[in-house]
Formats: sequence, C-alpha cells, structure tokens
Amino acid sequence: MAVKLIVIAGPPSVGKTAVVKQIIKHIKRNNGAPAYLKVDVVVAFEDIELKEEYNIPTKKVYSGDLCPDHMGIMVIRDAMEWAEKEGADTLIYESAGLCLRCTPYISDSLGICVISAVFGTHAPLKMAPMIGLSDVVVVTKTDLISQAEKEVFREQIRKVSPELDIIETNAIQGTGMQYLMKVIDMQKPMDDLNHAMLRGIPPLGVCTICVGKKEIGWQNHFGVIRRLEDDDNIYRGE
Amino acid sequence: MNIVNDEQLLITVYPGYTKTGEPEGFESIEIRPGDIITIVGPTGSGKTAFINDIEVFAQRDTVTGRNVTVNGGVPPESFVRDPANKPIAMITQNTKCLADLTVDEFLDMHIIARNNKECNTCEKTIELANRFMGEKIRGEVRISALSGGQTRSLMIADAVIISQAPILLLDEIENAGIFKEEVVNHLKKLNKAVLFVTHDPYIALLSDRRIVMRNGEVTAVLEPGDSEKEFLMKVSQIDHTLSEIRERIRVGEVLGGVAFGS
Repeated sequence: MAVKLIVIAGPPSVGKTAVVKQIIKHIKRNNGAPAYLKVDVVVAFEDIELKEEYNIPTKKVYSGDLCPDHMGIMVIRDAMEWAEKEGADTLIYESAGLCLRCTPYISDSLGICVISAVFGTHAPLKMAPMIGLSDVVVVTKTDLISQAEKEVFREQIRKVSPELDIIETNAIQGTGMQYLMKVIDMQKPMDDLNHAMLRGIPPLGVCTICVGKKEIGWQNHFGVIRRLEDDDNIYRGE
Repeated sequence: MNIVNDEQLLITVYPGYTKTGEPEGFESIEIRPGDIITIVGPTGSGKTAFINDIEVFAQRDTVTGRNVTVNGGVPPESFVRDPANKPIAMITQNTKCLADLTVDEFLDMHIIARNNKECNTCEKTIELANRFMGEKIRGEVRISALSGGQTRSLMIADAVIISQAPILLLDEIENAGIFKEEVVNHLKKLNKAVLFVTHDPYIALLSDRRIVMRNGEVTAVLEPGDSEKEFLMKVSQIDHTLSEIRERIRVGEVLGGVAFGS
C-alpha cells in the first residue's frame, strides 16, 4: 500500500470541504494524485463538486440509519484499496462530522479536526475527543473575530491537548494554509492496512465496533457490517 | 520572549498585485517602532487587506500577493503562529466578541495565551480601557454584553498592556464613539509602530505618513511634514467642537444659542 490517508473530521458547516479543496489544489500542484471519499448520512454533493472541479476520483457513501463514523470505519479499508487501484497517492476521507464523541482517526493516518472560530469559547472542551485525538486542528473563519479572541480560543484548544498543532485560517482564501500543507507533505503512506487501528475507543454500544474492537474493515467485524459497494443495504434493526 | 529586539524591529512590505492583477507601483514600505502611519482610500480600496498582510506576515500567500519581511528576512513561524511570540496586535472592525466569558475571565485567558507575567495586568487593562471611553467597563460583566465602543476600547487596552506588541494595527477605531485623540496620544507615547486604517481627517493629520490606496493598490506614500500644520490646527478645533456637540446631543440636549461658538 502506497497511499497516504488524511482523515478530516469536524462539525457540519465549519468549512471542512473548503479545507479539502485547498489540500487537493496543493497535492495537484505538486503532481500528486488525490482521491476523495465522503461519508455522510443522507445527502452529500461534495463528491460530484470535487470531481467536476478537479477531475479526481471521488466516491460517496451514505450511512442511512447507521452511525456515519461506524460506516467510515467499515468501508475505509476497501476505500484505501479503491484509491490505490485508481492510481491515487493520497486518500482524503471526509467524515459527516455529526458526533463530537466519535473520533474516526486511524493510526498511521493524518487526523485533521476542523473547527470554526465563531464557536463559543467552551466549544473545544465539548468536542474534546474529536480534538484531542487529532494531529492538527484547523481553525476556520478567523477573519470574523478579533485577534485577542482568536488567541483566547487557541488557549481553549490547548486546554484539551497542549501539544496539538493549531492552524488558524480563512480557508476560502487559503490564508495560513501553508502550515497545514507542510504537515501533509511530511505524512507517510500507510504501509499495512492490517496494522491500521482506530486511535480511540468509540462510545460503548452493542456492535463489534461499539464494544471496542478496533480493527478496521468489515472483514474483522460481525453483526452490522458494510462493504464499500453495498452502502444502500441499510440495516433496519429487524 | 522576543526573538527580535523590539527597538530594532524593521518590517518591510513589498508590492503585490491590484484587484485587476496589475503589479503595484511602489518599491517597498518600511515600518519601524515610533512610526505613526495612516492608510486612507475609498471603501473597498484594499486598506484592510494591507494591514492583514502585515498581521499574517504575508509571503505571497494572501489575495494581494504581497511579501512582508522582518529585519530583511522571512519571519520565524512562531511570529505568526504563537501568540506569545507575535510582535503584532490587530484591532479589526470585528469588535463582536463571541466569547461566553466575563471581562476578567477573558483577559486572564489572554494573559496566559500571551505569556504575560506582569502583575495586576487585568486591572491595568480595564483601567486603561476606561480612559478611552465614557461608559465604564467592569470586570464581572460578560464580554458579550459590552457595547461596541466598550469592546473596542478594551481591545485597544488589551493590545497595549497584555499583548505588549511593538506593532499595532487599528482598523477604523473612530467608528465606535471612543475618545480617539486620547487613544492616538497614548499610543504615540509608547514608541510603537502604529498603523491606522481610517476615514477620519483628524487621525490622518495626526500621523507622520499616509499610505493612499485605490483598487487594491498602494498609489502613494505621503510625508507632508509641517506643510499641513495649519490644517491640523484647524481640524483639531473643528473636531473638538464636533465632540462637544456630539456629547450634548448624546445626553438629549436640544442645541440652542450661537452655532460653533462664533
């Protein structure tokens, strides 16, 4: 496997896709080949938009009544193989970003948490798991707040994890993005999917992922499982 | 901890491109501690973009394509990314403060972020802010409950006392009903580089240098020196007269008697 994996997490409407666009542009400028996977619940347009805009392999998976992060964990192994088959050197996996408890970051990948500067001061603490297990926190919309407030917000993020790399940006214009691109360039490809593990333990529950089995790929789970190709096969709890 | 000695700090701005993509005409603009500079021009002419370039130490990576050096070189990453090392404080037109904190809590957190180790910093900041503004700020009030003028004077005091930055960037401070002359005079005493984006003739005349902008481009850098002295005196009188009238209107007076005391 010679594909690097970038996992993008963060609540809806913070500008995850704007960050993704900057990453795609950067990789393409350096003659790289990115591929893109979006996991969402019922509606997503990003795959079509990005395919048209950048002519790269894209894919989307709807999780329906399944937890979208659960869905992501199930299909990510297939998706890495798909990306390799498509000739990609980087797979950008954008999560639905609905659950602030879940942390879909995987070992040997680059975990990017995107949050917005216009969230209240306490938001970073409320999203602690999503922020704490990431490698880089990208703070978007920093042009909308004062510098002092930006610095206070940054201090709140550091309360969650003092060592986090924090990048403040206006993602639409790309200000500050060069620091993110440096980290992306340094990221190594994932060499063995069998050793890739979830970084954190998902919420307690009744499925094999929820009870803490951290292997990725449907092959390693039982009960509610999904392959990349059968995302429309929604489990209705019968 | 400052990597570069504040006294010797030299910021140089190199040209980028106009809104229509033509190269800008100026060669370079140098900014040193003690410089009082205003940036003038119509709305949308790129005044805010100019100070933004300085704030982020643009390396041809912003919309304007400008390049900003510190003492002739590329600034260290920590200048931009670590508030404790950042030599710049900027007060934008966004005086909205969304933080769900009291004034004291907010200032205390900013003191930690800026790694400021002096005593009573929080009290001193509020004290200074209250000199810039008629309506007094109290530490236990929520920051989101402050008026626009109170937030702005607090931000200026915060920049001076907590950030202690050698370079201050102020975007249209005159708009919030604060005592602008008090602010300008206070900043002049501190030997800082101060850049005002302004539409106010009085602030423009109080500065030593004026950067004129149009269509995203710096079209002139003026140093009128003493040639505008008479205008400064005249505008200062007009401004004081207007301030008095403003105060009387604000307290609900109906103006009578001889207009402008003449």
